[in-house]
Amino acid sequence: MEIAILFLPLLASIISGFFGKLIGDRSSEIITSLFVVISASLSLFIFYNVISNQYESNIVLATWINSGSLNVNWSIKIDALSSVMLVVVTLVSALVHIYSIGYMSHDPHKPRFMAFLSLFTFAMLTLVTSDNFLQLFFGWEGVGLCSYFLIGFWFKRETANAAAIKAFVVNRVGDFGFALGIFLIFYLFGTVNYSEVFALIPQIIDKELFFLGIQIKAIDLICILLFIGAMGKSAQIFLHTWLPDAMEGPTPVSALIHAATMVTAGVFLVVRCSPIFEYSPVTLNIITVVGMTTAFFAATVALVQNDIKKIIAYSTCSQLGYMFFAAGVGAYNVAMFHLFTHAFFKALLFLGSGSIIHSFKDEQNINEMGAVYKKLPYTWILMIIGTLALTGFPFLSGFYSKDAIIEFAYLKGSTTGYYAAGVGILTALFTSIYSWRLIFKTFHGSYNNKKIKIEEMHESPLVMLVPLVILAIGAIFSGFLFKDLFIGHGDYTSFWGDSIKFLSPLSSEHPPLWFLLLTPTLVMISIPIAYYLFVKNKELPNQFAQLNKPLYNFLVNKWYFDELYNILFIQSSKKIGLFFWKSIDVKIIDKFGPDGISSLIKTLSIKASKFQSGFIYQYAFMILIGFSALLTFLILK
Amino acid sequence: MNFPILSSLIILPTIGALFLMFSKENNTTTVKYVALFTSFVNFLISIYLWVLFDPSISIFQFVEDREWLKGFINYKIGIDGISILFIILTTFITPICIISVNNSIKKRLRDFLISILIMESLMIGVFCSLDLVIFYLFFEAGLIPMFLIIGIWGGERRVYSAFKFFLYTLLGSVLMLVAIISIYWISGTTDIVKLYELGIDGKYQNLLWLAFFSSFAVKTPMWPVHTWLPDAHVEAPTAGSVLLAAILLKMAGYGFIRFSLGLFPLASEVFTPLVYILSLIAIIYTSLVALMQEDMKKLIAYSSVAHMGFVTLGIFTITQQGIEGSIIQMISHGLVSAALFLCVGVVYDRMHSRLINTYGGLVSVIPKYSVLFMLFTLAALGLPGTSGFIGEFLILMGAFKDNFLVAVIASLGVIFGAAYMLWLYRRVVFGDLNNKDLLKIPDLNNSEKFILWLLAIPVLFFGFYPEPLINTIEVSIKDLIEMYNFNINKYTQEVSINE
Repeated sequence: MEIAILFLPLLASIISGFFGKLIGDRSSEIITSLFVVISASLSLFIFYNVISNQYESNIVLATWINSGSLNVNWSIKIDALSSVMLVVVTLVSALVHIYSIGYMSHDPHKPRFMAFLSLFTFAMLTLVTSDNFLQLFFGWEGVGLCSYFLIGFWFKRETANAAAIKAFVVNRVGDFGFALGIFLIFYLFGTVNYSEVFALIPQIIDKELFFLGIQIKAIDLICILLFIGAMGKSAQIFLHTWLPDAMEGPTPVSALIHAATMVTAGVFLVVRCSPIFEYSPVTLNIITVVGMTTAFFAATVALVQNDIKKIIAYSTCSQLGYMFFAAGVGAYNVAMFHLFTHAFFKALLFLGSGSIIHSFKDEQNINEMGAVYKKLPYTWILMIIGTLALTGFPFLSGFYSKDAIIEFAYLKGSTTGYYAAGVGILTALFTSIYSWRLIFKTFHGSYNNKKIKIEEMHESPLVMLVPLVILAIGAIFSGFLFKDLFIGHGDYTSFWGDSIKFLSPLSSEHPPLWFLLLTPTLVMISIPIAYYLFVKNKELPNQFAQLNKPLYNFLVNKWYFDELYNILFIQSSKKIGLFFWKSIDVKIIDKFGPDGISSLIKTLSIKASKFQSGFIYQYAFMILIGFSALLTFLILK
Repeated sequence: MNFPILSSLIILPTIGALFLMFSKENNTTTVKYVALFTSFVNFLISIYLWVLFDPSISIFQFVEDREWLKGFINYKIGIDGISILFIILTTFITPICIISVNNSIKKRLRDFLISILIMESLMIGVFCSLDLVIFYLFFEAGLIPMFLIIGIWGGERRVYSAFKFFLYTLLGSVLMLVAIISIYWISGTTDIVKLYELGIDGKYQNLLWLAFFSSFAVKTPMWPVHTWLPDAHVEAPTAGSVLLAAILLKMAGYGFIRFSLGLFPLASEVFTPLVYILSLIAIIYTSLVALMQEDMKKLIAYSSVAHMGFVTLGIFTITQQGIEGSIIQMISHGLVSAALFLCVGVVYDRMHSRLINTYGGLVSVIPKYSVLFMLFTLAALGLPGTSGFIGEFLILMGAFKDNFLVAVIASLGVIFGAAYMLWLYRRVVFGDLNNKDLLKIPDLNNSEKFILWLLAIPVLFFGFYPEPLINTIEVSIKDLIEMYNFNINKYTQEVSINE
């Protein structure tokens, strides 16, 4: 069954990718969707099995690399953690497959698109079901590759191509850290299999290393390096720049890859490696700070963006930040819970925005929309459900998971904990404002689009709406239904079993009542505030922006990260490359090397040939000089 | 083993070449089929050899030892796990080269094929020589056909490039010849197996190592003696570039393992930092230079230098992973760079331009080509699931064991690798189609499709299942490392006793 879950998407991808022309667009859409739906059903069954029977398994498929002491297998490992990921990945993927049938209906390359979606699903599944770091890395790069293809799917757009390369290369920076982390693990333990590594961890807690001239605890170093990898994939601050650009891809891609699954791989990595991270308080603090900063940073930027997808992209970035700081305060299960609920509501928001973009004929600027809630009633309601869930409106899924993160940060009690809780609350407020800004600007107020008449607006087809409804159900109920299982006070360990390690049990206390009420209250009062600002008195935000021009510019330009990186890395790499080539290779090595030597020999031989002038008196003179020099030498000796 | 299977591998292509010499020049189809048949039979023999080969023992197998110059030099050949893979690479790439000449070689096809076949003989000779003098002869003779291939069938600046190539490599090799002669004076033999047993006196090793190094460094090529490679590639015809990148460069990597590590362990230990530094420069420096190239062939040539930087780095980590990684990287690079040069050749034959800005938007005109080109691009940047990843990853793992800093810097090269390869691909294949001439070009024809898939299959297969490769080399490398460490220990003990 596990094998079917993994290989059905691969099979679908191969059929659609190589025989797409042969079997036609419709058949490849049906085959890919059907296969992934089957895979999703099987995953749900496994998930159920894990919940009720603590089912676990580890299937070894084949040997991969066997070099010296390095033994790596292709394998499928099922435990509580991977079963949760299986459900998230296959379920969202199946819905996105179905949705794409409608969304991509005008695209000439449907089989290729479906093939990449399925291939992505396969790569993501190999990532989550790995039992060793190397297969994890395989899946890690595999999802990156599919993301590269899908971002650049509309290959004629310059911006899409640039975004695709950027995503790949920035991720490679993260992978650089990740790969070093794997090397270090292999160096210390002589193996890269989770179970063996985790078992050996307690033995090296006090081991110290010299790394690049710094003395550092080995375990801290491993964790930091792994976390760099996680930062790249999960678009944490400094390595986040690729995610907003990745919105160049078709919207179903954004929903699947850049919201629900691939970007959460970093969080998954940290949780999977909880048996390592638990022993490195230093790194956990770093994770908390990075997560917190990202959550805050991305939320501030989202406040002022005008591209509907970019707003949601920054929102994703911000929510990933929440997941990390949950992991950072040791509440791995809460991080997973937020990952789980987030997958539903963020996929819902993305697909919903896709439905809006589809209706507006590829318009993405929210200033060009408005007042269409009557024309797109289903999309409107579904988007509101998504927004409520995201902002943490009471009793929807985000409420349970996000508030739990803030609570655990508070209960952690340390300085970083309190600080994180404070920033978490502030960010929740921002989240609420930018989300409602999006809703009000798109659906309410006045109609601002000049290209399309409002009468022409129409709701998306059923094939797109049904997946949205399913996601909406998840967005509403997944928090309430699964909270006891994932984060129930005291009994969470019975579900997670050995898949997550808690060095000390999580605090089972409750924070004070005022603290519990704080976030929901803020979230609720921000709705009328947003309504006032973005519908009633639209001039006010503009005036505020005019008054605080530097701040506004800072936010609109996303804290100037792109500009900084452009100067710091891209332009300088190009300049150095050009310098090495034109100055060192050509002007120094070639000039003094082969060309220099050959021209030197040439000049010397020309000079030497001048001695052979053919005049006897010159030769005679030379003989005379030579003879007298010899004589002088002999006499003086 | 009485049948001289190795000698027949060496001699067979030459016999084919002799046939060609006496055939009519203008009958191109016959000429081509004769060459193809010869090289294909040779490939089958080498596969048969692999089947017969016993990977569980590290001594040389299929050894042939014949007296040549009495009491001085023996014609001694044999193979172990390290050499057999290179022989198969050679016999695999040669027929591909011969198929690929279809469109690119317009004049004197017969002579071109003769050069290629003779080249094959010599390359196989290099990989199975067990005597230094024999090795030197094959190693140097290989220059001549390559010199002719560049000089006769090359582009506009072919003569300059051919001479640059010749001078560079010859200069390095002369020192190696001196070293080989000195070894004969010191040890009284040039038989490699005997030399392994005898060992070479510690006080001579450094100089000898440097002499061999000067030759191998040029051939690898390592920074700063790499500048002949881009020129040679740019001017060489496609098949020439393929041979050069896929096989010729590998002779040096093979030489490092067989001679530098095997004969001069003490000196290798001394000079490891030098090799590390030059390898790191090669990786970072040439990656940056590759980023800025405007000529597709030059870009791939520079990327070859970077990839070979990984190889030299891995070899001198003297770890099981590092050396195995290096060999796999060489095999992989042999396949991938051959394929990339063929990919450039495909569009060059159609458009007669190697400049990147001639192209753009190819995917909508020639989609099949684009798919295969993408696959090799990904293999070149070391994506997991391709053979490129296995090699690079094992090398870095080995390097990490030996020195953190080196591994960290080398890993940076992986980022640059992604940048320049993807950027190349984007500029050539994606984007808008601005050059109207591109609209008319046909997609891959059958023979092009055939050879590119032929290269793609092992790249993917060994990416997922490198076991056949690793299994073949494992014992030989283990033994090599043991011998190496044994010599180092022996020497340090001697030193401590003397003190």
